[in-house]
This record gives sequence, C-alpha cells and structure tokens, in this order.
Amino acid sequence: MTIGGDDSLVPRGQAGAVANPQPANLADILERVLDKGIVIAGDIQVNLLDIELLTIKLRLVVASLDTAREVGIDWWENDPWLTGKKSNLELENERLRARLDRLEHGNGQRRAVTSRSAEYEDEL
Amino acid sequence: MSSEGIWVYAVVRAEHADDRVTGLHGVAAEPIRVVATDDLAAVVGAVGLDEFGHDALHRNLEDLDWVANTARAHDAVITAVARFGPVIPVRMATVYLDDARVRKLLEDRRDDFGATLCRLSGRDELGVKVFADPKALLPQDGHQDDSGPQTGTAYLMRRKRALASREEAYQVAAVEADRIHSTLMRHAVDGKRRPPPDRSLTGKDEVTVLNGTYLVDSDAIELFRETVAALAMSTGRLSLELTGPWPPYSFAGEPIAE
Repeated sequence: MTIGGDDSLVPRGQAGAVANPQPANLADILERVLDKGIVIAGDIQVNLLDIELLTIKLRLVVASLDTAREVGIDWWENDPWLTGKKSNLELENERLRARLDRLEHGNGQRRAVTSRSAEYEDEL
Repeated sequence: MSSEGIWVYAVVRAEHADDRVTGLHGVAAEPIRVVATDDLAAVVGAVGLDEFGHDALHRNLEDLDWVANTARAHDAVITAVARFGPVIPVRMATVYLDDARVRKLLEDRRDDFGATLCRLSGRDELGVKVFADPKALLPQDGHQDDSGPQTGTAYLMRRKRALASREEAYQVAAVEADRIHSTLMRHAVDGKRRPPPDRSLTGKDEVTVLNGTYLVDSDAIELFRETVAALAMSTGRLSLELTGPWPPYSFAGEPIAE
C-alpha cells in the first residue's frame, strides 16, 4: 500500500521537544520483542516466560549494575532478596533479641519489662 | 538440511512480500525470504539449529549479549518490512522445522491473521513513558531535621511525615499520568498501559508513572507527537519520552473484536 513511501514514515527517534533516546534503546526493544508480538506455537518451543521474567530481567539488573550505580540507583544493595544479605532490620532484631536474652537470663531478678533504665545503662 | 530451522519474524500479506524482504538479513545474518500461501506470507530466515535449536536457545537466552544482538536483529527485520505495509510481528525465538510447517501455520490461522492485518493496516505503535523525578516530587522541608529531640517517637513522627508527603506526591503524579493517558487515548485507535520497566533497566533515577503504548493512524502520528509535546509543556514536574513509530508489537496478538 505504501510501497516506496519510505519517507512517509517518520524515522524512529525524532520527537520534537520531547526527550527521545536514539536509536531505540535496548530496554525498549526487549520490552517489545520479548514481551509483545504475536505468540504462535513454533516447532521449537522455548518457554520464554521463564527466561524472560526470571533470568533476563535479573541478568539485566546485574549487567547494568555499574551503569545504574553511576547514576545513583542502588536499591538492590539493601534488598536482602537480591543481595542474599540480612537487612538492617533483621540485624537490629537480632541485636535486640540478644539483649533481651541478656536481660532476662543474665541477671536473675531483673525482668525485661521493668528494665528500661537498665537498658539505658546498657547503652551508656 | 535437518541442521537448519526456520526462524519466523513476521506475517504480512502475500502481495509484494518478496520485494519487501529483498536485501534484508536476519538474526543469524541469513538472507531473509518469504514462505507464502495465496494471500499471506511469513517473513522467515533459515538459522542453524546449533545456535537456534531448542537447547541452544535455552542456553543463549541466558546470555545478555546474545539476547541484545538477536533482539536488535529481529526488530530490524520487522521494522524494515513494516515500512511497506501492515505487519504482524512475531515474538522472538519462534522457530519451525521446515517451510511446510510455516505454510501450515499460515493456512490454519488464515482468517485470524487476515483480520489482524486489516486492523493494523496504516497504523503504527508509539510508546510514551512519563517519569517523575523523586527529588522534584518530595518537599525538601524537615528532611535533615536534626534539631528536634532524638527520641524514637520524634524519629517515627518525622519518618511518618516524610512518608505521607511522599505518598501524596506520588498520588499527584499518578493523577497527572492518568490525565496524560486519557488525553493520548483520544488521539489513538487503541492504547494500553503496561507495568513500568525496572528502574535499573531504564537507567534513570526517576519513577515511571506511565508506561503507555498506543496504536495510531499513520496520518495522525504528527498530531500525536504534537499532543505529547504539548502535554510535556503543560506538566511541570514530569518528563515525557516518546518512542516510535514501532511496528505494532503490542497490538498484534489481541483477539479480534468486531
């Protein structure tokens, strides 16, 4: 229909006053090529869903770590699920539990409930 | 021949299909050709199963560089073919054993594909992302307030206030995003909102409040661009990003609603 009408299509990456990366960046391409497009059952089946959601996305996170860190994105560094490290909250919980143990067992008559002042002493 | 598979890029109308693929090369740098029936044609390339067979695909899809190059090549073929008429983009990594199997697919889904090509004819996809800069959204007061009492309660109160104002700021941004989306829908044949991409993927220290994609009549693309530019001017704290025109990736697989 538009054979030879190459010029009628505006090339990707011209958007007037609007910010527009060019050429199309990889994230935009992957979003469409892997996630969209008609799904038909090929003879050779790959369960893209597995790979796409779990592997590719995670690998992209990993692959772009350095770039991301340069622009100040570092949320995963505190995400226990991604780092496999314990979060600050967990560590704090452990500290508190240990202190509770000390308070309850370390000193016979002192009880945790009535030992707020003792706690402060503990800190000082 | 058994060591080769048929990688499918797209489905087009059979008319002039050969001309549309002349000179193109695909994911394995193979020459692109068509497998045609009476009225439909699949845009395909022969690829080695050592790289694109079942096990190899599984392995290679774990390799980011391979995925990136293959995705770009796959997209390049579809984009080139889309310049000359309607196209149904096929999802990456769809491989058949031989031409006969591809032809059978075209025959089995003839009505479906025909209707989809009709619907997509003379239309392109445009992507619009709207970003909110968290720093611009957040009020700056009370952020580094060290003067107050250093009790746990005071800390919690400060934290609560900060979270509440952040919540409020995001709500304002979300309302704005809704307005942008509905304005764009008026200039589009169809449109959909998608989940925001991972922030590490966008490489931006900004929150994506709208990840929209729109099917637009080719002769209305300019108007759509102008609308996006006008919206960008009208909204102070949000930035808009327009991509495309794309082949209609996001609108190819829908059930046909007449």
